[in-house]
Amino acid sequence: MRAGLPAGCRSLLLLLLAAPLSACAHSPSFFQAAGPVAAEQRDLFWIVTALLMLVVLPVFIGLPYVLWRFRQGNRQSDYRPTWDFSWKLEWLVWGVPVVVVAILGVVLWTTTHRLDPYKRLPGKSEVRVQAVALDWKWLFIYPDQHIATVNRLVIPVGRPVHIDLTSDTVMQSLMIPQLGGQIYAMAGMRTQLNLKADRPGSYFGENTQYNGKGFHKQNFETLAVPSAAFDAWAAQTAQGDRPLDRATYARLSQESVIARPISFSAVPAGMFDRIMRKYMYPEHKPVSGPAGDEAMQ
Amino acid sequence: MVHGAWFWLLGRIDLDSFAFVRAWREPSLDRLIAAGAAAMVVLGAIAAFAIITRMRKWRYLWENWFTSLDHKKIGILYIALSGVMLTRAVIEAVLMRMQQAVAVNQPGIVKPEHFGELFSTHGSIMIFFMAMPFLIGLINYVMPLQIGARDVAFPLLNSVSLWMTVGGAVLMMASLVIGKFSTGGWSGYPPYTEMAFNSGVGPDYWIWAVTLSSLGTMMTGINFAVTIYKSRAPGMHLFRMPLFCWTSLCVSILMIFAMPPLTVATALLALDRYLDFHFFTNDLGGNMMNYANLFWLFGHPEVYILILPAFGVYSEVISTFSSKRLYGYRSLVYATMAIAVLSFTVWLHHFFTMGQNADINAFFGVATMTIGIPTGVKVYDWILTMYRGRVRFTVPMLFSIAFIVTFVIGGMSGIMLAVPPLDYVVHNTLFLVAHFHNMLIPGLLYGMIAGYQFWFPKAFGFRLDERWGRIAFGCWVSGFYLAFMPLYVLGAMGMPRRMAGVFQSEYLPWLLVAAVGGFLVLAGLVALFVQLWVSIRRREEASVPVGDPWDARSLEWGIAAPPPEYNFAHIPDIETRDPFYAAKEHGTAYDPPRHYDDIEMPKNSKVGPLLGIAGAACAFGLVWYIWWLAAAAFVAIWGVVIARSFVRDIYKTIPAAEVAREHQRWLSQVAAARGIPRELETTPANQGLAEGAAA
Repeated sequence: MRAGLPAGCRSLLLLLLAAPLSACAHSPSFFQAAGPVAAEQRDLFWIVTALLMLVVLPVFIGLPYVLWRFRQGNRQSDYRPTWDFSWKLEWLVWGVPVVVVAILGVVLWTTTHRLDPYKRLPGKSEVRVQAVALDWKWLFIYPDQHIATVNRLVIPVGRPVHIDLTSDTVMQSLMIPQLGGQIYAMAGMRTQLNLKADRPGSYFGENTQYNGKGFHKQNFETLAVPSAAFDAWAAQTAQGDRPLDRATYARLSQESVIARPISFSAVPAGMFDRIMRKYMYPEHKPVSGPAGDEAMQ
Repeated sequence: MVHGAWFWLLGRIDLDSFAFVRAWREPSLDRLIAAGAAAMVVLGAIAAFAIITRMRKWRYLWENWFTSLDHKKIGILYIALSGVMLTRAVIEAVLMRMQQAVAVNQPGIVKPEHFGELFSTHGSIMIFFMAMPFLIGLINYVMPLQIGARDVAFPLLNSVSLWMTVGGAVLMMASLVIGKFSTGGWSGYPPYTEMAFNSGVGPDYWIWAVTLSSLGTMMTGINFAVTIYKSRAPGMHLFRMPLFCWTSLCVSILMIFAMPPLTVATALLALDRYLDFHFFTNDLGGNMMNYANLFWLFGHPEVYILILPAFGVYSEVISTFSSKRLYGYRSLVYATMAIAVLSFTVWLHHFFTMGQNADINAFFGVATMTIGIPTGVKVYDWILTMYRGRVRFTVPMLFSIAFIVTFVIGGMSGIMLAVPPLDYVVHNTLFLVAHFHNMLIPGLLYGMIAGYQFWFPKAFGFRLDERWGRIAFGCWVSGFYLAFMPLYVLGAMGMPRRMAGVFQSEYLPWLLVAAVGGFLVLAGLVALFVQLWVSIRRREEASVPVGDPWDARSLEWGIAAPPPEYNFAHIPDIETRDPFYAAKEHGTAYDPPRHYDDIEMPKNSKVGPLLGIAGAACAFGLVWYIWWLAAAAFVAIWGVVIARSFVRDIYKTIPAAEVAREHQRWLSQVAAARGIPRELETTPANQGLAEGAAA
C-alpha cells in the first residue's frame, strides 16, 4: 500500500493552500507589497502565523487523535471517568499559551512602534500630501506644489510620502493595501500616514469606512512614478488652468461619484487647515454653512 | 413633507413610508424585494393571528405563557423570539452574499442604499435580537434548575426584560413595513448617523430598538447575578456549581457593567438627533471618537457576553457525552473569570486606526492577546475532558467538536488582528468580517444549537430527531467554511466590508463560493426547523419522561421532563460537584423525600407584556415624531409601574398534597422505566433513565 494521501486529496490540499496565495498575487493585496511598510506587514503576517502554530497544531493533531482513541465504540482504550486533574498538564496548558503570548507580545510591542503610521520614514526630499475625505471621493492637496488632485494620488518612487488626513464629511478611512495603511480621516481633526513606494506602478487605493450609497465606488489610483517624472508632473499640473477656487470646492464637496480623476492648479495656501478648522473653532463659522465656504477666504 | 393635523396625528408617516407603496410606484427588483420582505412580516403576523384565533388559543397563550413569570416559560419564549429573528437575519445574509456575487462590474439585485439597510439590520438583529435572546433564554431555563432554585430572584423583572426585548424586535420588524432602517451598520457610528447626514427614520429605529433591548438586558444581568448569589440550594457552594452557572455568572456581571455604556451612547446620539445637542457631531465641539469609545466599552465585553454562555454549554456537553468529569474545573472557572475581567481592558482594539500613538495601540494589542491565554486553556481543558473518556458523537457533541476546530482558526485570525500593524491592513476589510463570524458562529451559535439539542428533552419531554440534527450539523458546518473562508482571502486581497458592488473581477470566484456557503447555512437553518417538526410528530416514540436521556451530571437532569412549575418537589441538599451523577452512583437519585411542603410561587402578571407594548409604542412614536403617542405610552409605562407597586397579592401557594401527587406519579414512571446503556440513547428505548441509575 502506498503511503500518504490519495492523489485527489493531495491536489485538493494544494489547491486550498495555493489558491488564496495566487489570488493575492493578482489583486491589491499587502502580500504584493510595493513599499517598505506593506512589506514589513506581510513579513509580520507570516511570523505571527508561524508562532501561532505552536498553540494551534497541538489542537489540530490532538483533537482527532483523542476523538478516535476514546470513542465510545473502542473498548480497548483507557477509561478513567473520575480523572480530572494533573499538575503536569496544568503547567503545560497554561504555560504554552503564556510563553507564546509573551513572545508575540514582544513582537507586537516592537513592530507597533516601528510601523507606527505617524512615524516619518527615512529618506530625502519628503513629499507632503494632504488628503481630504469627501463623499465619495478623495481630494489630495500637494501644499508645496500648490496643486491638488481628486481620486489620483501621484507619488515619487523612493521618496517618503507624508499624508495628513482630515474629513469634510463623515468619518472615512484611507488604505492603499500594497503600500500600507490604513488610518481614519475625521472632521476637525488631523491624522497622519507615512508611506513609501519601492517600485513604479499603479496601486489600488480605497476608503474602507462605510459612508453611504457611493461607498463602493470610492476608490482611487495611486501612481508611483520615478522622482524626476513626479517633479515634471507637478510642474505641468501647476501650469494647468483649472484652479481649485471657492465655487469649485463647493461643488466638489457635494455628494457625488467622480468618474475620472481631476487635477487642479493654483490651490490656495492653507486650504487643508481651513477645512479642518471649520469644525474646530465654532465661533469662526455659522453653524451650517455649505462645506468648504471658508476654505477660499 | 407632511403638515398640520396630519403631522399632529401621524408625525412624519406619509404614503411613501410604506414599502408596498414604494414598490407600487416604482416596481423595480430592489423595491419588490423590499415589498416582499414587508409582505412576509404582514402575512406572517396575520397568519399567526388567524391561527391562534381559530384555535381559540388567545386565552391559553396569555394565561400560560405571556403573563407567566415561570423562568422556564420565559426562557422558551426568549428562544422562540430568537428563532424568528435568526430566520430573518439569515435570509438577509443570503441576500447580501447573492448581491456581492452578482454585482461584479454590474448593478446587483438591490440598490446600494437597500444593501446598507441589509447589513445594518443583519448585524443589529444577530447581536441584539438573535444572540442575546438565545443565550438569555438558555440561561433562564437552565441556570435556576442547575443551582436548585425554584425561580430567578426577580421573576417579574424577568418578564419585563423579555417583553422589552420583544418590543425592540417588533420595532425591527416594523421597519421593514413602514419606513427604512438605518444604513449605519450595527455599531451606528456618528457622524454618519447624525441628522446632518441621515435625517430619515433609519437611525432612530436603530437607536430605540437597541435601547429597549439594552435596558432589558441590563435588568436580566442584575436578575441572574442575584439569583446565583442568593438562590442556590443548601450546600451548592460556588465551587460546586456546574460550569454553565459560572459562565452565566460572569455573563451577568458583564451585562451589568457593559450595557449602560451602550444605553448612554444611544441616548446621547438621540439627544443629538432630537434636541440638537452636539455630543458626536462634526461641529460645535462634537467628537465622534467619544462615541467609538462608549460603544466599544460596551462592544467588547459584549463579545464575551455572547461567547461565555456557549463555553458553559460546551463544558456540560463534552463532559456528559464523554461520560467523564470535566477536566480542570477550577482552571476553567479561573479562565472564565480572567476572560470576564480582561474583556473590559481591550476595547480600543476596535479602532487601532483612529490615530492613537504607538504606546496606546501596543498596550491594547498586548491586552487583547492576553485574553488568548485563558481561552487557549479552555480549549485544552475540553480536549482533556474527552481524553480517557468514552466519547459519543451525538448532535450536541458534533457541534462542540466543530466548535473547537473552527474557533481555534478564528482565534488565530483574532491574534493577527490584535497586532496593530497587521490590523492596519485588514481592518474594515472582509478579513475582519470573516474573523468575527468565525468567532461568533462556532463560539455562540453552535453553542446555542448544541444547548438547544441537549436540553430540549428536558424542556419538552422528548428527544429531537437525531438524523435531521446531523443533516443540520452538516449544512451549518460546511456552510460556514464555504461562506467565510473565502472572506479571509478577499480581505487579504483588500476588499472592504459593506460593498454594495465590486469592480475587481478577481474577487468573483471567492464571492461565488461564499454565496454557495450562504445557501448551505440557510439549508442548515431549514433543517433545524424540519427537525423540530419531525420530532414533534414523533414525540411519542422519543419521549423521555424520566428526564435523564444522556446520563448527565447536574441537578436539572434529576427531575421530570418537562419539569413541574416549581422545579423541585423538595429542594435537594448538595454535597458535591455533579450532584445528580453522584446520587446515581449511590443509587439515591430517585429516592422520595421524607415529606412534602407547600410551595409558594409568583402569580402571573400582566406588567411585562404591558410594559413591552407601551415601550414599543413609545419608541415607535419617537421614531416617527408622533409625539402624542410617545407621551401617552411614556405615561402608560410609569402608570403600570406605579399601579403594580400597589398590588399585594403576588404569590400563590401550591399545596403539599398536589406536589406529592405529581411527584409520586413521576416516581412511578421512573419505577416502570427500563434503564438503558449509552449505546441505545438515541433509540426509542431511551425513556430518560440511565442504566444502573435507579438501583
